[in-house]
Amino acid sequence: MTLTIRYFAWMREHTGTDLETVSLPDNVSSVGDLVPHLAAMSDGHAQALKNMRAVRVAVNRTYGDLDTPVAGGDEVAFFPPVTGG
Amino acid sequence: MAVRVQTEDFDVGAESRALQAETVGGIALFVGTVRGLSSDDGVTAMTLEHFPGMTESELERIEAEARARWPLEDVTIIHRVGRLVPGEQIVMVGTASAHRKAAFESAEFIMDFLKTDAPFWKAEERGDEKRWVEARDSDDAARDRWSD
Repeated sequence: MTLTIRYFAWMREHTGTDLETVSLPDNVSSVGDLVPHLAAMSDGHAQALKNMRAVRVAVNRTYGDLDTPVAGGDEVAFFPPVTGG
Repeated sequence: MAVRVQTEDFDVGAESRALQAETVGGIALFVGTVRGLSSDDGVTAMTLEHFPGMTESELERIEAEARARWPLEDVTIIHRVGRLVPGEQIVMVGTASAHRKAAFESAEFIMDFLKTDAPFWKAEERGDEKRWVEARDSDDAARDRWSD
């Protein structure tokens, strides 16, 4: 299964990328399953994803959480709480 | 109906005139700006980043929720991105209705949800130091008071 992963703001700076395509085992079925695989990719990824309570998630551009299902081809975005306006 | 995310500045007078219509009796306009150097923060500039595509869809969703709660003739939401210096305009929400109460309340509702749900992030510069702004619990509280 292949997913597109996006990072924004300080999470992008920690991971060193704003966009990556990741191949995952088929037993990954939710955002919560996905996070440990991403955190294992580099020290920066581990740093960015170490406190998931401080992170928001969007799957295919709709807000989700650790229980949100993911399937091949989905876009999963991780970002800090928003600070616009 | 208009949601715009742009680097360019905007003309509040022109946006207000664009919201005017025969059925409109009140237009509320909120303009957010970068606080100046004389304020306590000492911010010299800020850079706004967003999630293209999701930002627009979230702003459209917030607009649709406002239209479901108040009888609005028209709505304009403009948010700038990129590097901005103190005194510059960041955001404008304009709401037009037959009467002022709907215009005032819906503009505040849209701003409260924009602050907590629209995927924008600010990095502030103070001299050579750059720091990502942290979200405030008070913004969540401002949004949550609408859920009664």
